[in-house]
Amino acid sequence: MRTLYLALKYLAVTLWSAFVIFPFLWMLSTSFKTQNAVTGGATWLPWVQYEPSLAGWKALFGGAGGVNIVKPYVNSLVVTGSASVIALVLGTLAAYGLSRFTFRAGPIRNGDITFFFISQRIMPPIVLAIPFFLMLRWLGLLDSLPGLILVYVAALMPIAVWVMVDFFNTIPRALDEMAWMDGCTPVTTFCRVILPNVLPGLVVAGMFCLIFGWNDFFFAFTLTFTQAQLLPVSIVALNSSVTPWWSLSAAAIVSVAPLAVLAFVVERFLSRGGLAGAVR
Amino acid sequence: MYRQKYIFLLPGLLVLIAVILFPLIFTIRVSFSSWDVYNPGLNNAGGAMYARMWEDSRYWEALWRLSLLAVSTVLMQYVLGFGLALLVWREIAARRFFRVLFLVPMMTTPVVMSVIWRTIFHESLGPLNPILDALGIGAQPWLSQPGFAFAAVMIVEIWQWTPFMFLLLLAGLLSLPSEPFLAARVDGAGPIRTFLSVTFPMMGAISVGAILIRAIEASKIMETVYVLTSGGPGTSTETVSYYIYIRGMRDFQIGYSAALSLTYLIIMAVALTLIAKALVRLMVRGAQA
Repeated sequence: MRTLYLALKYLAVTLWSAFVIFPFLWMLSTSFKTQNAVTGGATWLPWVQYEPSLAGWKALFGGAGGVNIVKPYVNSLVVTGSASVIALVLGTLAAYGLSRFTFRAGPIRNGDITFFFISQRIMPPIVLAIPFFLMLRWLGLLDSLPGLILVYVAALMPIAVWVMVDFFNTIPRALDEMAWMDGCTPVTTFCRVILPNVLPGLVVAGMFCLIFGWNDFFFAFTLTFTQAQLLPVSIVALNSSVTPWWSLSAAAIVSVAPLAVLAFVVERFLSRGGLAGAVR
Repeated sequence: MYRQKYIFLLPGLLVLIAVILFPLIFTIRVSFSSWDVYNPGLNNAGGAMYARMWEDSRYWEALWRLSLLAVSTVLMQYVLGFGLALLVWREIAARRFFRVLFLVPMMTTPVVMSVIWRTIFHESLGPLNPILDALGIGAQPWLSQPGFAFAAVMIVEIWQWTPFMFLLLLAGLLSLPSEPFLAARVDGAGPIRTFLSVTFPMMGAISVGAILIRAIEASKIMETVYVLTSGGPGTSTETVSYYIYIRGMRDFQIGYSAALSLTYLIIMAVALTLIAKALVRLMVRGAQA
């Protein structure tokens, strides 16, 4: 009975692992193929089943039959990085304000403002796509990095507020009050006393901002044409009727690899119980 | 000194109001105009766009299809994510390795992975059909038959987002106190009995939170569909977001797509609120009673 239970357990874990790994192995294998190896049917093993080639990887840097992904890659880094930092700063400030002070405007209270921030995640991107398009065109920011950064700051801030409000609420108010009695203003209290205590929260919130920013496709797709193209957009552009599977796979690997590393960071937080606060 | 409190709140709030609230109000105004390629600009069309929407069966079918897709994938993500979280919770070799592995898909870019999945589902050159052949199931018309295309979208959504469910539920399991489990063991409860009367009730609130977050994200599904099937074959995998995208960004019927998207937003907000209330009653209060 016990052995059977264990066997089933490991079987289930193995099956799901195979399902998770399957697309990664496939794209790794495909990235070393050539046209002939792809049209010959599905194969997995280099040297045994097909002759490996670096053509797909070379195409990433402007070789034949692919797309130069260097510029989109840099664009993606710039937009995701700066939007995450700005969203994190604005979101953390707002979350601290909402957690410590009372705001009141007519019937609107703190809870309503927090809800307004977080509820932005409910908004389907398509609802905002057309007004964003017209707004950026009016501002002259269509197909530009600053325009994208503006949009991503608004899209990512709710995540930062959502994570940080919970973290600030776990920090006792007595800490603030002691700092005030020592003559700190709210701003210096926040910077010197509170911020060092919510570093884990900042890491979690920053990570979520990076994941959602880097992985977003829709705004980058609808608000850019050629100049400010981001990485996912240029990869999807390869997905035409005659798709170069090899360079597509190579590009996909380069694009998902940096964030896949974050899985290790998340797991460390998980095992130390650092995420419990963010869940409740 | 309390004046300073506005330094914290206002920058973020003002950015959000400028970037999201104004465009939203603008959309409301646009939805009462017949702005399109031939008549660009704001005019007064009254409720003509909403009347047209009422007759547009393609929109309502897309809404129904989205609901089916969202409910079925989120439920499967919950069951699978909970199962996986229980599997690597404790008493398993190399559990940290499996935890990392199970988290990886949610870190990957959905559209990029969808492009890869599209090559996997390719009927003659992809790797999936040969495997099914070898298992004796036989090759399937992925992406070219309505039912299979729908299943393909479901498979990709489940692969991508079960890890998110897994993450939240495992974090919940790891934060549970150990006393109730000791008590259950002392009382001689087996694993199934322990799960039903100890683990599951204590996970009620976390489950509701996880399901709701996923349901909110699932109500926006369109990128997977855009890359995998472009809504096809025919309109058999078209979701609401994707249909609005076609009307607005491709046909440039700005007024009509504004009416469609506002209705979509309202229906989704109401539906998610109702689902949230029902889930809380079912899984949080019901479990405590």
